[in-house]
Amino acid sequence: MTQTTVIRRVRLNGKDLKTAAVTLDALLSESGYGETKVATALNGAFVPARSRATQALTDGDQIEVVAARQGG
Amino acid sequence: MNAPDKPPLRQDRPFTAYGTALPSRLLLGTAQYPSPQIMAEAVAASRAGVVTVSLRREQARGRTGARFLELIRDLRTHVLPNTAGCRTAKEAITTAQMARELLDTDWIKLEVIANDDTLQPDLFGLVEAANVLTRDGFKVFPYTTEDLGAADRLVAAGCEILMPWGAPIGSGRGLANPYGLKTMRAYFPDVPLVIDAGVGAPSHAAAAMEMGYDAVLLNTAVAKANDPVRMAAAFASAIEAGRQAFEAGLMEPRDMAQPSTPIAGTPFFDLPPPRAKP
Repeated sequence: MTQTTVIRRVRLNGKDLKTAAVTLDALLSESGYGETKVATALNGAFVPARSRATQALTDGDQIEVVAARQGG
Repeated sequence: MNAPDKPPLRQDRPFTAYGTALPSRLLLGTAQYPSPQIMAEAVAASRAGVVTVSLRREQARGRTGARFLELIRDLRTHVLPNTAGCRTAKEAITTAQMARELLDTDWIKLEVIANDDTLQPDLFGLVEAANVLTRDGFKVFPYTTEDLGAADRLVAAGCEILMPWGAPIGSGRGLANPYGLKTMRAYFPDVPLVIDAGVGAPSHAAAAMEMGYDAVLLNTAVAKANDPVRMAAAFASAIEAGRQAFEAGLMEPRDMAQPSTPIAGTPFFDLPPPRAKP
């Protein structure tokens, strides 16, 4: 039995990329965020860290990955 | 100035935010300093009890956020994340939720920006976001204007503190509408009010404190000074002086001069006043 890998086109922090990742968690690991403390949003809505492993990705998803910075 | 049917403004009230007593009436931003070290020294010199931070996109394998957080934790102040740059209520709500998870605080400095040139608050989006966030357990510090209608709605939404602008963010123009700010102070004697944005000089901060404002939030005036650490100390002194003046009770301005030296016993006083020389 063969499993077809679906490639999705997503936008991560403003950059378009193609990914085989099925979940947000997998995409973060694949993109090099595995060890980084970040917060995430998918299509403008907050995704808590605990929900990333079950958050499925679909074609056209827009993902924001943020961390703390200087601010006024 | 007291608004009719409002209690008088209390002069002995400590500065609290959502029940947390704050040791200083200065809240300081962490952006635009020449270096992280100077930022840390400026925060210490300012004696600020609260610092503001933002959220920005993190690079893959990035350590910038983690390093910045370590620096902020070492300051041993309260951390107030902002939603700077958000142009809609939805963006601000999502940013607040991300900030709560990252920074482990339910405090949020809520900014919804209406206009790129003036960075003035979008009061409609602000009220909408405040309603959602307070219901979600956030303690909202709204960056607003002196508009009393919007302020009433923010209080009704559950905001226990209001932060009207002095002038547009980063403009350094001080208190652009002192009459409006005085009216707001009189209208909300029981709500902690913080002047947020536009403060360019220690004298502006002192003026806000003399008006009875509870605190001042600023960033650029310190960060962009030639010597940010000395400027931070200057603001700390000005804010303390302004607050002391408010608590001491300022004299009412008069239209005409009145001698401060007693008239009784003035030599030559019984002589006719000199005539104007031709």
